[in-house]
Amino acid sequence: MTKAIQGIDKETAPGGGAVAATTVTARGTEPAAGRGAALRVEGAGISFGDFRAVQGIDLDIPAGEFLCLLGPSGCGKSTLLSAMAGFIQVSEGTLTADGAPVRGPDPELGMVFQSSEALFDWLTVKQNVTFGPRMRGMSRAEQNGVADEYLGLVGLRHCADRYPGQLSGGMRQRVQIARVLANEPGVVLMDEPFGALDAQTRQVLQQETARIWSASGCTVVFVTHDIDEAILLADRVAVMTAGPAASIKSLYTVDLPRPRDESDPAALRLRNQLREDIGEEVRKAMRDQGLDDQLDREAKGA
Amino acid sequence: MTITTTEAPTSASTGTRPRRSKGRAGAQALRTIGLYIIAVLVGLGVWQLLAVKYGPALVASPSETLSAARELAADGTLGNSIIASSRRILIGWGLGVVVGAPVGLLIGQIRIVRLLLEPYTEFFRFIPPVAFVTLAVVWLGIGESSKVVLIFYTAVFIVTLNTSAGVMAVNESKLRAAASLGASRRQILQRVVLPSTVPYIVTGARLAMGNSFLTIVSAEIVAAQVGLGSLIWTSRNYGRIDWVFVGIITLGILGLVYDRILRLIAMRVLYKYGAKV
Repeated sequence: MTKAIQGIDKETAPGGGAVAATTVTARGTEPAAGRGAALRVEGAGISFGDFRAVQGIDLDIPAGEFLCLLGPSGCGKSTLLSAMAGFIQVSEGTLTADGAPVRGPDPELGMVFQSSEALFDWLTVKQNVTFGPRMRGMSRAEQNGVADEYLGLVGLRHCADRYPGQLSGGMRQRVQIARVLANEPGVVLMDEPFGALDAQTRQVLQQETARIWSASGCTVVFVTHDIDEAILLADRVAVMTAGPAASIKSLYTVDLPRPRDESDPAALRLRNQLREDIGEEVRKAMRDQGLDDQLDREAKGA
Repeated sequence: MTITTTEAPTSASTGTRPRRSKGRAGAQALRTIGLYIIAVLVGLGVWQLLAVKYGPALVASPSETLSAARELAADGTLGNSIIASSRRILIGWGLGVVVGAPVGLLIGQIRIVRLLLEPYTEFFRFIPPVAFVTLAVVWLGIGESSKVVLIFYTAVFIVTLNTSAGVMAVNESKLRAAASLGASRRQILQRVVLPSTVPYIVTGARLAMGNSFLTIVSAEIVAAQVGLGSLIWTSRNYGRIDWVFVGIITLGILGLVYDRILRLIAMRVLYKYGAKV
């Protein structure tokens, strides 16, 4: 790729298929195993009755990629993610995982939820992690092996026999991650998983996520409204327009070495660019909500 | 610029804290018990005053009630009444829970079942069991079954309604998580919906127990030889106000005891299901 703008490669999505042409450049750490699945979204739209949440979504996510969906709150990021997980169906266009249409929830498409309410509070941490394997009828001995491996991966072996209610917020999100990985999915979908955590815990878990992702080699789609989080984690960042009827506004390739350094000048440049890009959408959303952005513009002019 | 760090002294304070808090918890428990005793004594005092004011023909005093209770206990009436009423309540209530919980699960989980059964649950829950006393006796005779059925009737709807409310309150993300972890519809019902609903079933069972005590008196109005309800009703014929008082107070104490037992079992067994009891 060209070194003209080092580390950053922006493309504006013109609503067509041009986005798919983006070159994915080599990253610092190559994933260990190539078990990731490729996700392909073509002309997808999602409506609830008369309400159009998202429309005209084109995304080609190659196997093993870490993609961040970034956008103002309420723009339909989570809706799009729910469709990728098979919880809701696209009303138009297609959505495929490794070429097969996504028709419903699938162990191949794991989901880490924003709220730890998604954990089963009546099961121990270990039983939560082995839930998927148990449903598939895996033997007890094999389950123990799985629990050991994935609790070890997220550093929670010592909490195996505790209940989720006895853990901190950060630990609970780790349990969610281990529970999903125990199913060995090709795609891991993460819906603002660290949004409710304090800054320090969030930072630790972001680093953990990068490490786990490079060890597992699965494809990750990560929804966030945190620009720094996206820069820290993503191979590519898809910025969404303000909803309703949101679509993908632009797509950035984050070609920075891993582990990422936030103070890298290229990272700072990207950060400003993303901030401007999203700021525009946030202001648009606020105008739609009837809020005046006069002060905002004055501040910007000053 | 220099940065100084000060380490907080930790060892000194930790040693004494647990003991102090244990002492405080003990004092708290003592205070609670003390207040309960005061409340009961005040109640007894008011009761005594009313008895003095209106006389034994209208209000039996605490001491008269106590001696009446001794009298009824001595000839076995009180014990037999407690056993007979308890049996009816426990059988009727138990059947109510056993039938109500699964029906509630189905109503909450399956739309068609809900739509088919809702008209009935919504209709019958407004008809008090006392309205069915006559029919129960005519249809089922004067034996045990008519009383048990009335208790069952009063218990089953409340358990059903609570359970179905619990099913509908199951967190959506838990259901989605289970589905995406590969659980089938049936596995989701057994492994996610049922355990999430357990606290609601327990609440329903406790409310149903209360209702069963409300119903036992009317269930025993007609043609019950023995039982706390029948004790209250037949005492009227003998003009024994003190026996009526014994029956009422025994009902209250028995209900309290059963509820405490239920709470204790629920706390032990259902702790991990998050049942707050």
